[in-house]
Amino acid sequence: MRPFDYERPGTLDEAVSLVAFDPDASYIAGGSNLVDHLKLGVATPTRLVDVRGLPLADIEETADGLRIGANVRNSDLAAHPAVRSQYAVLSRALLSGASAQIRHQATAAGNLLQRTRCVYFADATTPCNKREPGSGCSAIGGYDRYNAVLGTSESCVATHPSDMAVALAVLDASVEVLGADGVRTIPLADLHRLPGDSPEHDTSLVHGELITAVTVPALPDGAVSTYYKARDRASYAFALVSVAAVVAGDEVRVAWGGVAHQPWRATRLEAALHGGPLDEDPIRAACADELADAVTSEGNSYKLAMITGATAMVLTGLAGGPR
Amino acid sequence: MPRITMTIDGEEVGGEVDNRTTILDALRERFGVTSPKKGCDHGQCGACTVLLDGRRHLTCLSLAVAHDGAVITTASGLAEGDELHPMQQSFVDHDGLQCGYCTPGQVCSAIGMLAEVAEGHPSHVSADLDGDVDLTDDEIRERMSGNLCRCGAYVNIVTAIREASR
Ligand SMILES: Cc1cc2nc3c(=O)[nH]c(=O)nc-3n(C[C@H](O)[C@H](O)[C@H](O)COP(=O)(O)OP(=O)(O)OC[C@H]3O[C@@H](n4cnc5c(N)ncnc54)[C@H](O)[C@@H]3O)c2cc1C
Ligand code: SF4
Ligand code: FES
Ligand code: FES
Repeated sequence: MRPFDYERPGTLDEAVSLVAFDPDASYIAGGSNLVDHLKLGVATPTRLVDVRGLPLADIEETADGLRIGANVRNSDLAAHPAVRSQYAVLSRALLSGASAQIRHQATAAGNLLQRTRCVYFADATTPCNKREPGSGCSAIGGYDRYNAVLGTSESCVATHPSDMAVALAVLDASVEVLGADGVRTIPLADLHRLPGDSPEHDTSLVHGELITAVTVPALPDGAVSTYYKARDRASYAFALVSVAAVVAGDEVRVAWGGVAHQPWRATRLEAALHGGPLDEDPIRAACADELADAVTSEGNSYKLAMITGATAMVLTGLAGGPR
Repeated sequence: MPRITMTIDGEEVGGEVDNRTTILDALRERFGVTSPKKGCDHGQCGACTVLLDGRRHLTCLSLAVAHDGAVITTASGLAEGDELHPMQQSFVDHDGLQCGYCTPGQVCSAIGMLAEVAEGHPSHVSADLDGDVDLTDDEIRERMSGNLCRCGAYVNIVTAIREASR
């Protein structure tokens, strides 16, 4: 691990200026992703700015929905009464992520900004455009079982690993951000980027921008939602694919995890299923349409059938089960 | 180097640590507390689990400097004198260990887990997010899934925890 300075700012503004004006500085919250990357030599900041002491740890029920402070721990968010009763998809996504120990350590902002689990990204001895722009992509033509199938580029085929982000995508959440130039709100759909030719940028944040909160609009009355995650073992593993879904009257919302560089909001599928019956055949047809542009390789082609089956199971379950 | 203090197993300790030192390394190498074990050192095995400010927590992915002032209970701080903590006693009674390497983390994790159950926290396998938690074996397995055992003592670990929870 490279040596670094460690700072614990007293205010949000101080935190932002410490990072915004130092290209080699990084925020740290729970540390469960960043400390791993410091050990692996994947992240090499010369200054860590610890935001855990900042007053960003409240969950507020507002007139419009929920406001989740950036430092709220994943375990507390999953167990919050309002989240459990009104946003089952969010609670279930969080509970399916990592282990209880890690959920106590993980924060909302840190979870959204955790980096890909691509095995080559974590292995500093291999070429990786995300870790070292221009060095190449070892995953293309390499071990490809976990690679993305939608929205990939010739530069990068990594997936975004967060379960919570997939739930937040289907909930139309936004993040509130404080930067050197002030405050802005970014819809979750615009937070994570597709790789294009600059996979080193995971998100649309500018260096130094601090996530202060996540806002989640209330769901329509009578909405039901859930999260399903398919993985290599029953627990404590990242998703091969995952499905977040909301059904509210005619409206069907679906986001997929494990298939792309961002939580994949299945807008074509949603349009096709709007108002129609949530039966196996139309759901499978809508999945085929959504997956029409998918690009697969030998190791990850299973993801198409898996995401289709999972989506059908989730939507027929929500349509038939208790709302 | 920054100076930190921590309360570890009821005793206040202090010392200088490099910014890069994890809590696990501070405990084991600086403060002589070797019950938390280093397994993977990357957050994947749970061997380094302690109770940190009352919750089960990994120490290998946490910087010591970021936890100045923390109150930590490790497996070696659970006994009252010669009397083992009921969870420790249950692991002994039900053979919840073979080599014992994962055991300090398992025991801390089990104690933290029962506190989460007492607060009504649901888990991934809870059918009803709003209901009371019925601590079935499936719930125990899911809630303990962050602690891996290379010896495969799981069957007896589940029994030990189930009995200790009564
Ligand atoms: C073994 C293991 C298994 C896991 N399994 C899963 C899983 O199944 N599903 C899943 O979703 N996750 C999983 N995780 C990932 C875990 O959820 C993340 O590590 C965690 O959510 C990161 O949160 P943190 O607060 O610890 O972030 P940190 O490690 O502190 O930070 C992560 C990143 O976020 C940045 N950051 C933090 N806070 C802010 C802020 N307020 N503003 C701007 N930038 C900020 C940091 O600079 C850093 O780049 C797993 C992790 C491990 C170690
Ligand atoms: S897929 Fe992306 S993260 Fe993985 S090796 Fe290629 S460039 Fe790196
Ligand atoms: S040593 Fe900390 S989880 Fe393995
Ligand atoms: S008892 Fe040997 S690792 Fe668990």
